[in-house]
This record gives sequence, structure tokens and C-alpha cells, in this order.
Amino acid sequence: MKNSVRVMALLGVVALAAAGCGSKPSSSGTSSSAAAPASSAASSAPASSAAAALNACMVLDVGGVDDRSFNESAWKGMTDAKAANSAISISYVSSSSQNDYTPNLNAEVAKGCNTTIAVGGLMTDALKAVATANPTKQFAIIDSATGQPNVYGIQFNTAQGAFLGGYLAAAITKTGKVATFGGLNIPPVTIYMDGFWEGVQYYNKVKGKSVQVLGWNEKDQKAGTFANSFTDQGKGRQVSQAFIQQGADVIFPVAGGTGLGAGAAAAASGGKVSVLWVDTDGCISAPQYCPYFVSSVVKNIAKAVTTYVTGAASGSYPTGSYIGTLANDGTGLAPFHDWASKVPASVQSELDQIKQQIISGAIPITSPSQPK
Amino acid sequence: MSGPEGPVPAPGLRARVWRAVREGNSVVVTLLAMFASVIVGGVLISVSDKATIAASKYFFSYPWDTFSAAWHATSRAYLALFEGAIFNPSSLATGSISTILYPLSETIVNATPLILAGLSVGIAFRAGLFNIGGQGQIIFGAVLAGYVGFAWHLPVGVHVLVAVLAGLVGGALWGGLAGWLKARTGAHEVITTIMLNYVAYYALSFLLSVQGFQRPPYQQAISNQVDANARLPHLLGPDLRVHAGIFVALAAAWVTWWLLERSTIGFQLRAVGANPNAARTAGMSVERSYFLVMLVAGGLAGLAGAMQILGTNSAITQDIDAGIGFDGITVALLGLGRPGGAVLAGLLFGALRAGGVQMQSRTGTPIDLVVVIQSLIVMFIAAPPLVRAIFRLRSRDRAGIGSELAKGWNG
Repeated sequence: MKNSVRVMALLGVVALAAAGCGSKPSSSGTSSSAAAPASSAASSAPASSAAAALNACMVLDVGGVDDRSFNESAWKGMTDAKAANSAISISYVSSSSQNDYTPNLNAEVAKGCNTTIAVGGLMTDALKAVATANPTKQFAIIDSATGQPNVYGIQFNTAQGAFLGGYLAAAITKTGKVATFGGLNIPPVTIYMDGFWEGVQYYNKVKGKSVQVLGWNEKDQKAGTFANSFTDQGKGRQVSQAFIQQGADVIFPVAGGTGLGAGAAAAASGGKVSVLWVDTDGCISAPQYCPYFVSSVVKNIAKAVTTYVTGAASGSYPTGSYIGTLANDGTGLAPFHDWASKVPASVQSELDQIKQQIISGAIPITSPSQPK
Repeated sequence: MSGPEGPVPAPGLRARVWRAVREGNSVVVTLLAMFASVIVGGVLISVSDKATIAASKYFFSYPWDTFSAAWHATSRAYLALFEGAIFNPSSLATGSISTILYPLSETIVNATPLILAGLSVGIAFRAGLFNIGGQGQIIFGAVLAGYVGFAWHLPVGVHVLVAVLAGLVGGALWGGLAGWLKARTGAHEVITTIMLNYVAYYALSFLLSVQGFQRPPYQQAISNQVDANARLPHLLGPDLRVHAGIFVALAAAWVTWWLLERSTIGFQLRAVGANPNAARTAGMSVERSYFLVMLVAGGLAGLAGAMQILGTNSAITQDIDAGIGFDGITVALLGLGRPGGAVLAGLLFGALRAGGVQMQSRTGTPIDLVVVIQSLIVMFIAAPPLVRAIFRLRSRDRAGIGSELAKGWNG
């Protein structure tokens, strides 16, 4: 017993020595680098930057910065902005529950942030109060708008992008049935399902077909299929299997990580079933299922954040509000990746036409969940 | 918890203090547990600090760099924690009273629901029950308080009272249900309260999609906002969030103390908690005690829910519970299951939460560290022999504070 302890201790020392034998970097500022802002992403911000420097901060919603969804896209917008303009220093705080919204926003204002971006519509009440109390500070909020002069609302009409997704799904289905399910029955989710449904109906109208949508009908907003989770992959797979048994061969999950279960179900089907991913380009965020992803309906949060922050850094804060549409690339279809050769060229050009018609208003979007 | 005095003549004050320190009475063990947690937390801060990691790569050529970077990261984080929770010296320069009092105000706001949840778990402990249903009871209390807050329109003063009472009733119903199941069918309260948590969670999820509860234009899973009349009044002006809920919490602590220590019901609860069989033989109704204590425990948690919706927040979302139902267990453990202890423990954890916000904002240390420190404190306290071993205290008696923990499972 005693011997084994000694052996372990010796091994530990050897391991430590091996790990610590490197030589000190030649730069002299190592020991003082601890004094730089400890927030990881802000660490390279020079303390003596130009007067135009912008201190941009972000308050994330529950889920953390690496949630492969909403928070992560928003933070990517910040890092992209910093990459574009090194005078911008960025940092974030995350919320562990709704109790943290107000104190986090207050802490960021007190820290001296020039602009604070609230990630998530649930933060609207808290942001409204903090923005009223600090009329000289600038704020932005994602998925909401407060109508205050110092708050820039960033919203997305993802029904437009999902419309293209629905048309694409209807064009490639072999069984005449496509399916969609949501994480929760809330408008930021069902707006995608509305657009998808409308896209399929449009395809049926112009092609004289009768492709069926399982799991959602825009005319009946209280019904529909929901996994009641944004994380449970098992549940996502179970819902997808049920759709496959009913004959669906294209599935559009609008449920964050739960949707990965649809990828697993598609992989298990051996290529008979394909998936339309949501929010981000699936081949980048979930590359293991890339062969089964026809495309993705993206919500370009990162680009909207980058535009706001770089605009603010160049001297003028954008005013009013932003609505991400097909016209400004706030939403749309991601590249086809593995499917580029499998989606007929005629369908690809039809999608381009429909995109232009939605932008021009020739094709109206009827989803009741669209931001105004 | 006074030690066995024995035949030795009463020693002087200094000797008694020294003896307490050497043998580790409950207060000393608690303080040492906090100290040990802060040290472990400091190690965690250092090993996750980028500068420290960078310096450790050449540890054997310049070991001092590693230590100085680690010290720097740790002291910065703890300083921000303190300044966010108690007092920030730089606020004196602004000369504004509300800036100076802001940290304390935040501490109290965070502590208020924690104290109530700690009381809820603590009183159930004393009757030998382990109430893990704080989450469900808080949700139900918040739902009822919130509904009264936004659907009814009553005059100033009356509205907030009715709304707080509605929270009490909502929690009491939810807790009482578990107590009733235990009394009538013998269903274990640990199982039923956990299951009722799920029921409450998903019931709330449903309510947040129902028109009349959900806020128009139905864009988010959030309820209507409660009327200004139904909000707990701010104590120190609009700039500070501290609200009258702290008085509700303190009053609840006093009532709980009186109930447990001075009333006949409390005597019965404690007797049932100590030994249900003996209590039954003595002619007490064990079933009635189980039902009653869960009713009271649920009511206290429901009040915590009311604080959440009428004080801290103004609208209900899916995480209105904010983890307070489970934090209540740690508050009760740290408070040794006693009402006064719950107040102190709630204030400590409230301070950690308030300070954690500043620590995260100013130094980038993840706020999860606060949860780790909280858990470590409770873990050390639940295992007094561990603390005694670390600090080489003489072990005095086997039944330490940790025995409180195991009690709940006997039922």
C-alpha cells in the first residue's frame, strides 16, 4: 500500500516535471499579463487604445456561450466584429436564470461598457428598465424590440427562409410527405414551421402536387408536434422515427439540440430520409450528420450583431430596429454541401426566383408570428 | 451544542474559546468549512486562469511566475466578489448613497427567497421529512401570486398582500399534497416531491402558452407583467432593488422558530422527527404531523415563489424557480435546520450570488464558481470528520452536524 502511494507520487512528479519543463517565452510582459482583463476574449485589447475604441459587452441567456445555438451565434458576432476592427474590446457574462438578467445588465453598465447587447427576448423587461435608468448608454436586444431611442432591436423574419426550405423539401420528397416538429410551441419556433408549411403549400399550388406536411399546420397554431425540449436527442429521434413510419422522408426539426435526434434517425434509415437543419449551417455545427442535411434554414444572428457592433465602433449607433430577411441575408438557405449534386438544377433556380419574389412581395408570407 | 462539561470546574472564557477551536464545535466547523471551500475555489480559479496556465508551462524555470499569476487571478476574483456583495470602496468617490448601498441591496434581494426556501426545507427536516419539492412549490406559489398580480386589479396595499397570500396558498397546496400522500398512503416524500416538481414544471410550460396567462402578442414564453400595485415596495428608492420581501422572510423565520420551539404543534413535529414510533406511542398523530409540516413547508416555499415574482422579477418565465428550490436544501443544511441558521445561511449565499455577478462581469471568472463554493461548504459541513481531519481537530462526538442530513431518509 505504502509503496504504491510512493510510486504514484513519483509518477506525479515526473509528469509535472515533463509538463513544466518548457522555457519562458521571451516577451517580458508575461507576469504582468495577468493584469490584462481576465475575460478571455478581451485579453488582447490594448489598454492604451485610440479614443475611438468601443467597449462592447454581451449578456447571454441561460444555456452558456457554447450552446451550439442562440448564445453561441450571438457571441460569434462579437468575435467577428473584433476580428474586423481591433479597436473593439468585447466581453460577455452569462445568466444562470432569469434572476440574473437585471444584475448582469447593471454590472455591464457599471463596468463601463459603451454598448450592451442582451441576447434573448425574455430579457426585454429587464433591459427596458435598465435602458430607462441609463439614457446615455446604448443597448441592443436580440429577438425583441423595446421602442426606446437607446435600444436597437434585432429581430428575424425566419418564415421567409423557412418558406424556401419548405419548397425545397416538397421538391425532393419521394414519398409525398414531409414533416416538421418544434422544441416548444412558442413563436420563435413556430415561425419556422409556418414558413416551412407555406413553402410546401406554394409548391403544391404551382406544381399541382399534393405534398403533405406532418407535424404542423399554420391554420391551427395550438396543435402540432413538439418535443418539449431543446436538448433531448432521444426524444428528437423518437419523434422522427414516428414521422418516418408515417411515410415522411424529409424532416425539419426546429428544436436546437433535440433536432440532432432527427439526424440520428436519418443516419439509421441509410439515406432514405434527409433532414433540413435549422438556425445554423448544419454541416458546420453538426458535421457528423452532414451527408443527411439537404440544407439549413439559417438565422444570421452573428452577422446582425457584427453589423451593429462595427457600426457602433465607426462612430454612429444604428437606430431603430433591424429585421433579418431574405433581402438583407438575415435569414435564408445555407449551401447544399453534399447535396449540391442531388438537388436538381431546376429546383435551385426556382428557389432563387422564389427568393426574389418574396423580397419583392410578390409572394406574401402569412405567418402570424412575424416581427412587425 | 454545548460540549460535555464533566467534573472540571467551569473554565475561563479564553480557555473555553480555545477548547471550542481545538475540539471544533459546530460554529468552528462551519467557519473552517467555509475557509476550506474558499481555498479550493481559489485553486479552481487559478487553474482556469489563462495567465496562470501560460506561466505553468515553464514552471520549473520560473516557478514564481505561476504563483504570482495564480495569486493575482484569485485575489482579483475574490475582491470583485466581496465588492459586489458587501462594499465597494470606489463607490465612495461617487458620493451617491444608492451606489454605496447597491452591493448590500443586491445581497438582500438574492437572500430573500433563499431564506424562505431554507426555512421550508429546515422545518421539514425537523419533522424527519426531506422536502425536495421546493422547485414545484416555488413554481406554484409564483404562478398563483403572479396570476393574482396581473389578472386582479386591487387598490394599493391590498393587492400586494393578497398576492403574497396567494403565493403562500399555492405553495402550501403543492407541499400539502405530498404530505397528504405520505400521511394517507405512506408514499415516500422524496419520491412524491420530486415527481410533483416535474408536474409543476410542465404545468407552467403549458400555462405559458395559454392566452390570458401568456403575454400578448404571444411572441415569447413569458407571462403578463404583474401590476405595479402588486409589486413588493422598494425600501430605498427606485435605484436599489431591495424590497419589502426581506421583512416577509424575517417574519417567516420568527414564526417558524416560534412554531418549532414554543408551540405544542412544534413539539409534536420535533418528537415525530426524533422518533416516529415513540411519538405514536405517546399518543401523537404521526400522520397529522406529516401533513401539517408539509403544508407549512410548502407555504414557506410558496412565499419564496411570491418573492421571485413580486420582488425580484415582474413576469413569470419557465425558470422562475431559478434553482432556489434546490439551493434551499443547502441553505437548510448550512443553517443546521434552524430558522436563525437559515437566515444567516441565506444571507451568505445571497452575498455569494450578488458578488458572483460582479466577479463574472469584472474578471471573467464563470459565475458557476459560486455554485461550486456553495456546494463545497455544504459538503464539508455534511462531513464534519473531514473538516476535523483536515484541520487536525480532536474529534469530540460521533453525532455531528452531519447527522441532521441523514435524518430525513428515515421516514
